[in-house]
Amino acid sequence: MNHDSYPDNYIRSILNGVKSIAMVGASPVNVRPSYFAFKYLAQRGYDMIPVNPGHVGKDLLGKPFVASLRDIGRPVDMIDIFRNSSHIMPVVDEALTLDPLPKVIWMQLGARDDAAAEKAEAAGIKVVMNRCPKIEYGRLSSEISWMGVNSRTLSSKRAPAPTQGMRLSLNRMSVGGGDTAASDRAAKNKSEQS
Amino acid sequence: MSDRLPGFSTLAVHAGAQPDPTTGARATPIYQTTSFVFNDADHAASLFGLQAFGNIYTRIGNPTNAVLEERVAALEGGTAALAVASGHAAQVVVLQQLLQPGDEFIAARKLYGGSINQFTHAFKSFGWNVVWADPDDVASFERAVTPRTRAIFIESIANPAGSITDIEAISTVARKAGVPLIVDNTLASPYLIRPIDHGADIVVHSLTKFLGGHGNSLGGIIVDAGTFDWSTGGKYPMLSEPRPEYHGIRLQETFGNFAFAIACRVLGLRDLGPALSPFNAFMILTGIETLPLRMQKHCDNAKAVAEFLAGHSAVASVNYAGLASDKYNQLARKYAPKGAGAVFTFSLKGGYDAGVSLVSKLQLFSHLANVGDTRSLVIHPASTTHSQLDDAAKTKSGAGPDVVRLSIGIEDKEDLIADLEQALGA
Repeated sequence: MNHDSYPDNYIRSILNGVKSIAMVGASPVNVRPSYFAFKYLAQRGYDMIPVNPGHVGKDLLGKPFVASLRDIGRPVDMIDIFRNSSHIMPVVDEALTLDPLPKVIWMQLGARDDAAAEKAEAAGIKVVMNRCPKIEYGRLSSEISWMGVNSRTLSSKRAPAPTQGMRLSLNRMSVGGGDTAASDRAAKNKSEQS
Repeated sequence: MSDRLPGFSTLAVHAGAQPDPTTGARATPIYQTTSFVFNDADHAASLFGLQAFGNIYTRIGNPTNAVLEERVAALEGGTAALAVASGHAAQVVVLQQLLQPGDEFIAARKLYGGSINQFTHAFKSFGWNVVWADPDDVASFERAVTPRTRAIFIESIANPAGSITDIEAISTVARKAGVPLIVDNTLASPYLIRPIDHGADIVVHSLTKFLGGHGNSLGGIIVDAGTFDWSTGGKYPMLSEPRPEYHGIRLQETFGNFAFAIACRVLGLRDLGPALSPFNAFMILTGIETLPLRMQKHCDNAKAVAEFLAGHSAVASVNYAGLASDKYNQLARKYAPKGAGAVFTFSLKGGYDAGVSLVSKLQLFSHLANVGDTRSLVIHPASTTHSQLDDAAKTKSGAGPDVVRLSIGIEDKEDLIADLEQALGA
């Protein structure tokens, strides 16, 4: 898998396919990006599980924190890692001990560990790095267009009027899949330099 | 769900717009409202905290304006955009995110006269110091770089003479200096040139010109290419540091490759206030739907008129990059192969007086201070758009006293040539 840019269909199939998401590094502080990504994904109908050993005994939007992936105690479709690049590998190693394995390991915006990705992919797990599932869900549904963001999708269909907590269709026509976006080229150049 | 890439004309009609969810209206509705109700207190707090997508107040965002923003972002190949009240407002908002008092930016000397004034006087009073460079001499940009440089600003097709800027060469200087390249793409429009494809990090427009295209609505826009890393070197604290007004959010960390557009919205537009009217956004959106058709006609007409003028005995010289003999023709072939735009200058053998006489005799060309209208326009820059510059600066920026500027419209070219012929001949 080329991790410099992702075809929309790859991201779309992941977000359409997974139901449960364990978020490693979820924060109860309501101005942290992990908090509002967690809240957004919960509102869009995902079964969210906050993982953070520092907050066991508390809950996040009604979902109890667990200390580690092993403590979830049930199968989970996707692991969303809200940690710096240097802390990715131990999480992936732990994820690889789960039975059944998760289908997807997602690393947040700014986080990338190619060795960890390779290890996960060797086990048949799909990997996304340096992306935010909230932004990608908002982009593919075009909900993010409210902020003037280029969703890189088109649709001539009338969408249902949005209500709180509804799932949105991600099945819009893509404008090029992001393969050649200037922002992706810049990210690639940066990763080659570093 | 194919990932096939739609063409430019498809994007010009569709990008950002889909049928209205509530009514099914197919044209983009004009959401002429100041404010939007919240679902509940939690929703309001999420919106104010930048945690949820949605609308609060039209000074910060509006659904009609959002369609315009996504459309232009798509046409330019950017990650996001922000519409504002005018091209000038776009420039203020962009530089407010990049410069602290005492910082510098390098600007091409050949710019719209209004930009030269804004940079020289208004921005100086903010402590934003412009350093001029020559767009025909890339090394002059390199020489102008100092530790306080925070951005480089150029026009893709430069006012008033329609000269073409070597965007890639100047983007190399910007990258080496670790600063973003801002390109004003007003005179080209993304139909002719997409600066992001040539290394621009930020694109600005006066939407008033070819994008709106009908001379009826002011507007400006900022497009974020998503290419610049704002976190390095601590030079861009608006993007890299925690924002106290948003509970310590770091915009780049939170919004990734569209953080600059968000900064322009939530720190620039919110606090400076130059919001675009939703009605103007609607008018400009309607204009953009025909941008490819209009722009090609503008360029084809301009080339025919420039060729006519170049062969006329009363004309001393024509500056149009679309002419094979023009010094910018090579750059035009590289950057704008579909056409070299529709704004150019020429000078008359009879000097200033002949220019005044020409303007007064023209019947179809309108004498006014705008460009990029469906109608053909004429102006004498030295006495109008560039009048606040001294004579040396006028000549340096291509607006000497003998120069007349045309903006060629989409009328029949035979009629435009006949009008010029009668006005030059008598």
